[in-house]
Amino acid sequence: MRKQLDKNLSFHKLVAYMIGLMTAVHTIAHLFNMEWYNNSRRGEYDTLSTALSSLEDTDNETYLNPIRSTSTTPTYVVFTTIAGITGVIITLALILIITSSMEVIRRSYFEVFWYTHHLFVIFFAGLVIHGAGRIVRSQTTTDPPHNYSVCKDRSQDWGKIPECPIPQFAGGFPQTWMWVIGPMILYLCERVLRFIRYMQTVRYRKIVIRPSKVLELQLEKAGFKMEVGQYVFLNCPAISQLEWHPFTMTSAPEEDFFSVHIRSVGDWTQKLISMVEQLPEGAQGPKMGVDGPFGTASEDVFDYEVSMLVGCGIGVTPFASILKSIWYKFKESNPKLRTRKIYFYWLCRETHAFEWFADLLQVLEREMEERGMRDFLTYKLFLTGWDQSHAAHVMVHFDADTDVVTGLKQKTHYGRPNWDKEFEQIRKEHPTSVVGTFLCGPQVLAKTLEKKCVKYSDVDPRKTKFYFNKENF
Amino acid sequence: MGKIEWAMWANEQALAAGLILLTGGIVGVAGQFRDWEFAAYGVAAGVFICLLEYPRGKRNKGTSVERTGQYCLTVCVKAFGPVTSNYYVRAALHAALCVPGAFMLPTVLGCVCLAIASLIYLAAAVRGEQWQPILPKTETRERVGESIKEPPQNPPPRPPAELRRKRPEDLEGAAYVNPISVTANE
Repeated sequence: MRKQLDKNLSFHKLVAYMIGLMTAVHTIAHLFNMEWYNNSRRGEYDTLSTALSSLEDTDNETYLNPIRSTSTTPTYVVFTTIAGITGVIITLALILIITSSMEVIRRSYFEVFWYTHHLFVIFFAGLVIHGAGRIVRSQTTTDPPHNYSVCKDRSQDWGKIPECPIPQFAGGFPQTWMWVIGPMILYLCERVLRFIRYMQTVRYRKIVIRPSKVLELQLEKAGFKMEVGQYVFLNCPAISQLEWHPFTMTSAPEEDFFSVHIRSVGDWTQKLISMVEQLPEGAQGPKMGVDGPFGTASEDVFDYEVSMLVGCGIGVTPFASILKSIWYKFKESNPKLRTRKIYFYWLCRETHAFEWFADLLQVLEREMEERGMRDFLTYKLFLTGWDQSHAAHVMVHFDADTDVVTGLKQKTHYGRPNWDKEFEQIRKEHPTSVVGTFLCGPQVLAKTLEKKCVKYSDVDPRKTKFYFNKENF
Repeated sequence: MGKIEWAMWANEQALAAGLILLTGGIVGVAGQFRDWEFAAYGVAAGVFICLLEYPRGKRNKGTSVERTGQYCLTVCVKAFGPVTSNYYVRAALHAALCVPGAFMLPTVLGCVCLAIASLIYLAAAVRGEQWQPILPKTETRERVGESIKEPPQNPPPRPPAELRRKRPEDLEGAAYVNPISVTANE
């Protein structure tokens, strides 16, 4: 059931499209509505319509047509009613939110997207107030009751004959707040929680600058508990008061601290690394707020008998946490461990930014050999950014025991994996198991792997089944 | 926030405004509203703005993503030279185009959205941005046939000399038979 929550971003976008569509329909409907109300007030339609529109707002009359004046325009009416003004303002907020959420803007200028998205506060506030003017009116029962079939053609006799007292109308009670109050309270709770977590002290246990401008931070926070593959949001007030950036944790839950590996990619990360480089030895880093941990699909790795982990480029980080956790579980020889076999595929253009990860793999490889459990973890590294000189280098060192690029026993493959072959092999080796496939990488690869999972799964419960899980970033 | 190119967002906003103006105009004309002439203007202006804003400009930093099928319009917009590449002109144009939309309810929303787009374009112009067309790069295609005729520049990769040298312990392995008989020319 939790798998459904993995697709929360897709759901959010679907709801947003629906809100956009319904706003358009609602607005167009009101455009016609206002125009026809105005025409009716000016007596351009039939007698009944004119009579109803002429009902005044006095002691024994209640009006139906919200347009009271006979010499006004729909535009003027819209801008002088609560419903009209809030409608225009929140539609504008919605349009700004939508244009700044286009993929182009979101991927390139995240701050614009993030700050503009906060206009949703105005959207919801306006939405709740939108009906306060009660201009949508319905007929109330009078005493004696107004007989519609008799009186509709005798509007001049209303109030003068017993069957036709003057019809009375009243505005509807605003109800939008009933729908949105639940989610609004939940959101408020989340922001309050983030603030509370921000106020908690975070201590630096260790700060390491790794090759290729990667910063490793080992942090401690009271009462912090994590699962494998989860991520946290970091906020550094010295760099920016308002920005919270997500980072996958690279430490295992069995450790008494949590770590993140931060690569220098944009403004915030570059500033953080340059600040940390100037610190003296052993000093504490800048004040850091930590929100989280938040879960992703990768938490479920150990629930499967056989797990297939695919990490693409920077997407390899959650698997660092998982692999470290495996190592700890080995040391403790945890009998409750359901997982019997893990296949790990590491795809990247070049390993420069990930030497720290290659080191981790080397340590694991040694550990497993010592314990005679070489078969637990099978990993394959695919370098997709090879060229002639790479190929020449590899050809010369073909007979060496360890790989030239990573120093691992397992040889590096070049190019992209042949997924059909991989799935076929796993199916052959585990003919009766449930295999969990976990991907952290680009959308294109996600689609490919999802198709393969479906293709190689069998309806028969005794045979192999592949379940696909994806982590977004 | 230093790296943002405002023109990219202004472009999205202006395109959206054009569509909204167009829709409002269609509603006004189809419903035969009072002052429908302004709605007719909305249709015309909306179409014009959509055509103008559809081709995305080239980004200063990073990869530019084209919209589907924007090449023809890129050529048209490029043909107007400085009028379309200067964002001050675009800001003024959108500010002027939005005014008639304010006179009638269906086009009011398009008017306000266009005014906002005009302001963002003004911010882009102040920062010195410009509209550059995204054109496919004309590469000089290497004639593969030519390079094959030239002799190789580098030797093929081979292991270091010590390994290649024939060792006296391994005479059997060192010996080989020539595939072509080696005799003097007769």
